[in-house]
Amino acid sequence: MKLDNIYQEEKKSNFAKVSEIIITMASRPSGFIGLSILIFHVILAFISPYVAPYDFKAINPTLMLQAPSAEYWFGTDDLGRDVFTRTILGGRTALTITFFGSLIALLWGGLLGIFCGLVGGKTDDIVMRIVDAFLSIPWILAMLLIVSLLGTSTEVLIPALGFFYGKGIVRVARAATHDVIAKDFIVSARARGHSNFSIIWNEIIPNVRDAILVEGAMRWSWMLLGFSSLSFLGFGVSPPTPDWGLMISNARGLMSFAYWSVIAPIVGLSSLIIGINLTADAFAKALGIDRSTKAPV
Amino acid sequence: MTEIIQKVKNLSIGFKSKKGEEILILRNISTNIKKGETVGIVGESGSGKSTLALAMMGYVKHGLYTIGGECEFNSSNLLKMKNRDLEKIRGRKIAMIPQNAGQALTPNLKIGYQIDEALQLHSDLKEEEREKKISELLNKVRLPSPETIALRYPHELSGGQQQRVAVAMALAGTPDLLLLDEPTTGLDVTTQAHVLELLNFIAKDTGTSMVYVSHDLGAIAQVSDRIIVMYSGEIVLEGPSRDILKKPIHPYTYGLLKSIPKLSLAGLPQSMPGSQPQPGTIHRGCSFFDRCDFSEEKCKNNSPQLEYLEELNTSVRCFNHKSLMNDSQVNQTVNEIKTSTQDKEILNLSEVSISYAKQKLLDQVLNRISDDNPTVKDININIKKGETIALVGESGSGKSTILKSIAGLLRTKGGIIKFDQNRNLSSDLKERDPNDLRIIQLIFQNPDESLNPNHTVEEIIAQPLKLYFGLKGEELKKNIIDLLQKVRLGEFYMSRYPRQLSGGEKQRVAVARAFAAKPDIILCDEVTSALDVSVQAAVLNLLQQLKEDFGTTYIFVSHDLAVVRAISDRVAVLYQGRLCEVGPSKDVYQFPSHPYTEVLLGAVLEPDPDIKPKLVAEDIVEEKPPQKGCSFQGRCSRILGDICKNEVPTWQITNSGNSIRCHIPLKELQKDQIN
Repeated sequence: MKLDNIYQEEKKSNFAKVSEIIITMASRPSGFIGLSILIFHVILAFISPYVAPYDFKAINPTLMLQAPSAEYWFGTDDLGRDVFTRTILGGRTALTITFFGSLIALLWGGLLGIFCGLVGGKTDDIVMRIVDAFLSIPWILAMLLIVSLLGTSTEVLIPALGFFYGKGIVRVARAATHDVIAKDFIVSARARGHSNFSIIWNEIIPNVRDAILVEGAMRWSWMLLGFSSLSFLGFGVSPPTPDWGLMISNARGLMSFAYWSVIAPIVGLSSLIIGINLTADAFAKALGIDRSTKAPV
Repeated sequence: MTEIIQKVKNLSIGFKSKKGEEILILRNISTNIKKGETVGIVGESGSGKSTLALAMMGYVKHGLYTIGGECEFNSSNLLKMKNRDLEKIRGRKIAMIPQNAGQALTPNLKIGYQIDEALQLHSDLKEEEREKKISELLNKVRLPSPETIALRYPHELSGGQQQRVAVAMALAGTPDLLLLDEPTTGLDVTTQAHVLELLNFIAKDTGTSMVYVSHDLGAIAQVSDRIIVMYSGEIVLEGPSRDILKKPIHPYTYGLLKSIPKLSLAGLPQSMPGSQPQPGTIHRGCSFFDRCDFSEEKCKNNSPQLEYLEELNTSVRCFNHKSLMNDSQVNQTVNEIKTSTQDKEILNLSEVSISYAKQKLLDQVLNRISDDNPTVKDININIKKGETIALVGESGSGKSTILKSIAGLLRTKGGIIKFDQNRNLSSDLKERDPNDLRIIQLIFQNPDESLNPNHTVEEIIAQPLKLYFGLKGEELKKNIIDLLQKVRLGEFYMSRYPRQLSGGEKQRVAVARAFAAKPDIILCDEVTSALDVSVQAAVLNLLQQLKEDFGTTYIFVSHDLAVVRAISDRVAVLYQGRLCEVGPSKDVYQFPSHPYTEVLLGAVLEPDPDIKPKLVAEDIVEEKPPQKGCSFQGRCSRILGDICKNEVPTWQITNSGNSIRCHIPLKELQKDQIN
């Protein structure tokens, strides 16, 4: 029973709505932790170039594999570079690329899903079978193929990741659209003769937006893991750019005697993923969508 | 004095709002249920009647909690009991019959197994005895051939049969008290009458006490000995059923009875102004104050107490009940409807047929529909300008299907839909031009679904104005305010969302949206069935007023014959997608009529204990129309023989211009029906 709804009053401004959602998210412990971690990482990504104590690419053979000390907080790696500097800079690329990648995924996945849900019939059948076919390809193989054909530049990585993580959103957006489309207000709009575009824009998007945004937030954390895996395999950003996946890959052989060079990027990467996941869950709960009852598609 | 089996004492149930206020859903309820009696609890949605019934079995809905009072059963307070102890009472002592039996039965278990489960839990019978008991129970609820029914799955039964199974399951534990939460609301009129008759029989046969919760005074009138009327979480009137229905001494009940359309009265009933207050908004005074015709200054600030009147054996919550006592015979006055029918024909359906069958690949490729026994067939109706024509029939009769085809939402298999004598309307939405779409507008049954929850009232009404007339800015706003005033809503509604409106207000917004297109024809699909009775009358009156102002034609679909009687000029009765009878509404409601119309009319429940429904035919549900012959042959009690099975009857026209499609000559039909 939606008992509290009846007490809501006049129309709220968008700003008021957003701030209310954020306050609701932060009022839960898990949401507060998630939001704090995410905000910390975002701020760090902005300010790290100005606060980094050393040059991230300065190689110094005399400083190879130093243990953490007052001078080098997280120690140094096998080329004598400062691990602290590289760790705080290492999230920048991952965060930017995956953020824009998620936006692209949301956009094309969401719109295609809504479109398929609305028109149905043969168009829907054909498009969904293609999506299914793509879903069945192991993503890492397909990513490797694209990257090895087109290179590893940011301009390639963002659309490639966006494409690959968008196909899951297609399914979610289509399912959410199906929930809405049977309602009489859509029938009413159709009977009035509105165009498909107008129905999608005015009637469907306001009602499926929440579900798609939450799905997009979850995809972001998956994409981050995917991107770091690419870097780990050497297909992500190229050295000497600091990147967590790359750092883990380089230092993993030295783990037994220079644990510091691998632990710092691992903590960075996993904390960011946990932060995004917790935030997405809190976001879903604040919007009234309970992810715990639905399995991810 | 008979034994009291359930005692509700000063019960208050409520919830805490976000701001921390305590908001009461039930306010200080006290009542007793005696052994062997049937008590009807009646009230509009939100009056707390279901919450009260659930509390009677010790259940409080999630989010609500008991603020005070108790529900005493066998001298123990159910609301304080532990779940383990409640389990022993529920099912064995107190059983519940839900509203929607289709959803209450497990879909993948056979009927017999589900009843057996209830028996295992709630009785001490051994396996062989249980088997016997299952057929005994199924027999008791009058299901044909219990042995075969027991082996079926819920989906293989009709809605009425499912409800009977639910009754059988509730009876499995031989309970002392049976709670029924709107048990017939989702059923067709004929089925509803049959189920109520069964419940009456069971109450007499087993001596079980029943608490019957419903919004429908007609159904309550048929079953209950005593009636409790609830309003806004309070009992406002409680007493013997006959007295309450014949001489209501509370203004709310009085107004409610006046606002229900009756078969015997053409014309629109008077409406009650306003709507029930939201819980938590009444702080002092009588909760009915705003809507009451008898209110005085003292009602505003003082809350009346429930007063017991010895001579009438009735409790009433009103300061002025004495003035109502003298002249409270409900004198229903109706607003005569003015016919504004013109001679000009506006819509003509000829030979329309519609099929839902899945088409074969070849037909799909050739983009045609082939089906020799379509869902809807041979529909020929002329509709005149300014007329209100009603399509009536039970669910599955094809009435909404026809409406969808007129709106262009469903392709017809054949036939022509002609507008204004010369313009053919394509049955494909894409082939209609914007003007074709504008002239026909729809109003839906459920305003919760027909208004986009994320749009404000302004945005909702603006849509047709922008689409058809390209209005913008100030002009758009002026038009919206104009339309809102026409449906009796103020300007301040513009910024509200549908969830902030009551059911009646939402439906008014939907009406405003339909009229925004300046249509010639409005298709009304069960527009009042989701509304409370007091609001229903207001919406019907509004529709009539708008029709007189704009000269619009209404095609009105409804299963409620009394509503149809109130608003329509002409009625078309449908069975299995075929027309049975078409004629002016006053004639359709008189004999001779088609045997199916007779069944429908007989099953209408009126809020009067003296008018009992006449059960003419069995409440079987047919899934498909018959291949040949009369569409009603399967259920007709007057079937003549082979001629009905093989030949489609021709139209017979009565003196008053009523067309009946039946093989029986009119004179004989009339003779039989009047007896």
